[in-house]
Amino acid sequence: MTKLPGTIDGKTITRADLSEAVYQQLGLSRSESAELVEMVLQEISAAIVRGETVKLSSFGSFVVRAKGERIGRNPKTGIEVPITPRRVMVFKPSNILKSRINGTPIPKDD
Amino acid sequence: MGAQVIKSELVQRIAEKNPHLYQRDIEKVVNAVLNGITDALVRGDRVELRGFGAFSVKQRDARLGRNPRTGDHVAVVEKAVPFFKTGKEMRERLNPADAAEVAAAAEPAPRKRLRA
Repeated sequence: MTKLPGTIDGKTITRADLSEAVYQQLGLSRSESAELVEMVLQEISAAIVRGETVKLSSFGSFVVRAKGERIGRNPKTGIEVPITPRRVMVFKPSNILKSRINGTPIPKDD
Repeated sequence: MGAQVIKSELVQRIAEKNPHLYQRDIEKVVNAVLNGITDALVRGDRVELRGFGAFSVKQRDARLGRNPRTGDHVAVVEKAVPFFKTGKEMRERLNPADAAEVAAAAEPAPRKRLRA
């Protein structure tokens, strides 16, 4: 696993861990728990692909941004290449999520 | 400005596809997923959801910031920020034409793994 710069060393959580949490908390079968986790991700993905903003209170929102054409550069060769217009997905963490990660008091609104 | 989906609507959409389950159980599933991600990030762990994306926590050093209105210097303390990197499959689904082009260009060459 490549470590992103500035990332804290630690474990990596995957779908399997999230499915386990659903299994523990809801008491559905393991396979159904896994299917439901997948369905949650699929439903969020489908909305984003349609260009919808997905707002998940106390967690954050996923937003689609359209980017115009710009000139990029191949970092290896230094040759300029046009970067075609594209859509990118951005995650905006809520203030609650940011506070929880920093162990600071949770802000009143949001 | 595009349409917006909030959590309750997401729950409803999933519930429609699972008539055998109570909507409140679907809500619990969605919350378990989001809390699972949150708790992992609070511990400083990384969350990798293939095809969707990866959540991680980045450390930001303390810096001297500025109040953009007054121009005054303000000390900004060191902090951790959640970070999301979009997965390859999501990037391709958002830009289908682009993905097709990359696939065509990569066709004759031996398969090279693009970074996830």
